[in-house]
Amino acid sequence: MAKELLKGNEAIAEAAIRSGLEAYFGYPITPQTELLEWLSKRMPELGRTFMQAESELAAINMVYGAACTGARVMTSSSSPGISLMMEGISYIAGTEVPVVLVDVMRAGPGLGNIAPAQSDYNQIVHGGGHGDFRPIVLAPASVQESIDLTVEAFELADRYRAIVVVLIDGSIGQMMEPAELPPMRHIDRQRPTWAVTGAKDRDRRILSSIYIDPENEEETNLRILERWKEIEANEMRYKEYYLEDAELVVVGFGTAGRVALSAVRAARAEGIPVGLLRPITVSPFPYARIKELSNLACGMLVVEMNTGQMLLDVQAAVGGKIPVEFYGRMGGVVPLPDEIHEEISRLCYEPVAPSADPRESWMDRMDLAKN
Amino acid sequence: MGLNPQVETVYKRPTTFTPATTHYCPGCTHGVAHRLVAEVLEEMNLQEKTIGVASVGCSVFAYNYFDCDFVEAAHGRAPAMATGIKRVLPDRIVFTYQGDGDLASIGMAEIVHSAARGENITAIFINNANYGMTGGQMAPTTLPGQKTTSSPMGRDIENNGFPIRTAEMLATLDGAGYIVRRSLHDPTNIRKAKKAIRLAFETQERGLGFSMVELLSTCPTNWGMNPIQSLQWIEEHMIPYFPLEDFKVSPILSQVRI
Ligand SMILES: Cc1ncc(C[n+]2csc(CCOP(=O)(O)OP(=O)(O)O)c2C)c(N)n1
Ligand code: SF4
Ligand SMILES: [Mg+2]
Repeated sequence: MAKELLKGNEAIAEAAIRSGLEAYFGYPITPQTELLEWLSKRMPELGRTFMQAESELAAINMVYGAACTGARVMTSSSSPGISLMMEGISYIAGTEVPVVLVDVMRAGPGLGNIAPAQSDYNQIVHGGGHGDFRPIVLAPASVQESIDLTVEAFELADRYRAIVVVLIDGSIGQMMEPAELPPMRHIDRQRPTWAVTGAKDRDRRILSSIYIDPENEEETNLRILERWKEIEANEMRYKEYYLEDAELVVVGFGTAGRVALSAVRAARAEGIPVGLLRPITVSPFPYARIKELSNLACGMLVVEMNTGQMLLDVQAAVGGKIPVEFYGRMGGVVPLPDEIHEEISRLCYEPVAPSADPRESWMDRMDLAKN
Repeated sequence: MGLNPQVETVYKRPTTFTPATTHYCPGCTHGVAHRLVAEVLEEMNLQEKTIGVASVGCSVFAYNYFDCDFVEAAHGRAPAMATGIKRVLPDRIVFTYQGDGDLASIGMAEIVHSAARGENITAIFINNANYGMTGGQMAPTTLPGQKTTSSPMGRDIENNGFPIRTAEMLATLDGAGYIVRRSLHDPTNIRKAKKAIRLAFETQERGLGFSMVELLSTCPTNWGMNPIQSLQWIEEHMIPYFPLEDFKVSPILSQVRI
């Protein structure tokens, strides 16, 4: 299939359709709405289910019900809506049914604004509602990668009977880039052996997140953990750029990672030995790879569009071995390559002392920049 | 029949019930409501195509008692979950079984919008004027002056407002095909309740839109009464506030002979 100029949100919607999406339930919210609008036209055209729910709370619970039938299902929203979906996400995890969720992040807390941010890292990667589980979270940095990871998200959801989140920010959702869509996949109407479809010619099936006997719940928690270990072993994904001889490693995901790459390229052109690690799965998080890199490099720079949420995971991986510095823009402000380039140069030419919270020096520098 | 030609079976456990013993308190009419639903599913031969949606409340384990496919929803979200199932499997019968805290408080938005959409599902709504499972707190259906563990001086309408007549409210929505209220306090009313449940499932089978049967039901444990007093309390206190009426009946249902 040839490349076309596609908008991120619409590309994800169409990629989901071509992955065999059977039912979508959602609620309008900027900067995600084009995704819902695209599906409102395309799904009925194809004889599939599209529904605008009365709230995100309803949408995620509709998706939960539809997932119990074994159909490929999806919902999407942006940060405030994702907050409302936390309940359903937890129940979906507890019932072990596959669901794909797209979060097109905006700035917060509260209503914040509709500009791009990476403010949901914590609520998705370390959250996903109450209880003991971890969602798979994929963080693309371009329209093409959003398409590819949407396709992948459905495969992973089915394979692990888990919730898979495609985590982008408003800029990826809204921008247009040349990209190639996958071919239309045939919908597999064969239902998995756990699905509720009506007990015809078989024993009845129950799908529930209740394990009233604590020992059974413990067993369930452990089963989910074991599956998670399998996911960690098999599904870790990240992209590396110029890391072979890098003395300074920049770590950033999604848009922040993409902007950082431009900065890394510019710094390389000046002869600075810097590279980039861009986690694709922010959950499972590439702790092991970052730990390895901390044995090879002399410093790390974490770049995010928040006040340092992934930073703590990078610090945990590095374990204090080398200095970890932080640069963030937030509130809907997207960092420019030059800002990150400047940070890279500073780290290269000025000695940095390891500090418990690199955000302190970053905040000092931010203040300087303002004056 | 069988060995003794004079003996005829007039009453047996519906095949749509599992052999499990329910966990309901003695004198609780949740069990009666279960049985009526099971009988209707059996009579209409729906067992193989029915998917139940249990809710959060004393009926949280409903899935252990009905011998059909079941899912368990989050508190109040059963209609949303049922919507998801029904939209993917439109030829199946999907019903929710919800308490008054579940349906008329935390899940009010979900039930209203399901009814407004004309979602082709059936809701069995157990109004027992309190939150049974959590130990008898005030519900949106708790009567003015009624004592509960969270309204120990009696429901004060100045502070807590008024009970919600859910059936009347949902009947105003065009998407609703069948909305009635019945009671489980004596055999005559139980028979009427069964007929209503039957008509609700007939509504769904015929694709006539959303159907709900509100059932006035006892909670002797939390009401602090014995079973007989509880039945009387429904008659004397609940029915005057929650009249047993047909609030919306799709005209097509008048042709249904059962
Ligand atoms: C989100 C959430 N909030 C609160 C609860 C606690 N809870 C469990 S059952 C229940 C009340 C159920 O009352 P009702 O729906 O009237 O059912 P009944 O037990 O009276 O049949 C509550 C508040 C919960 N499980 N989930
Ligand atoms: S607490 Fe009330 S509603 Fe719950 S089982 Fe006992 S009597 Fe029935
Ligand atoms: Mg109740």
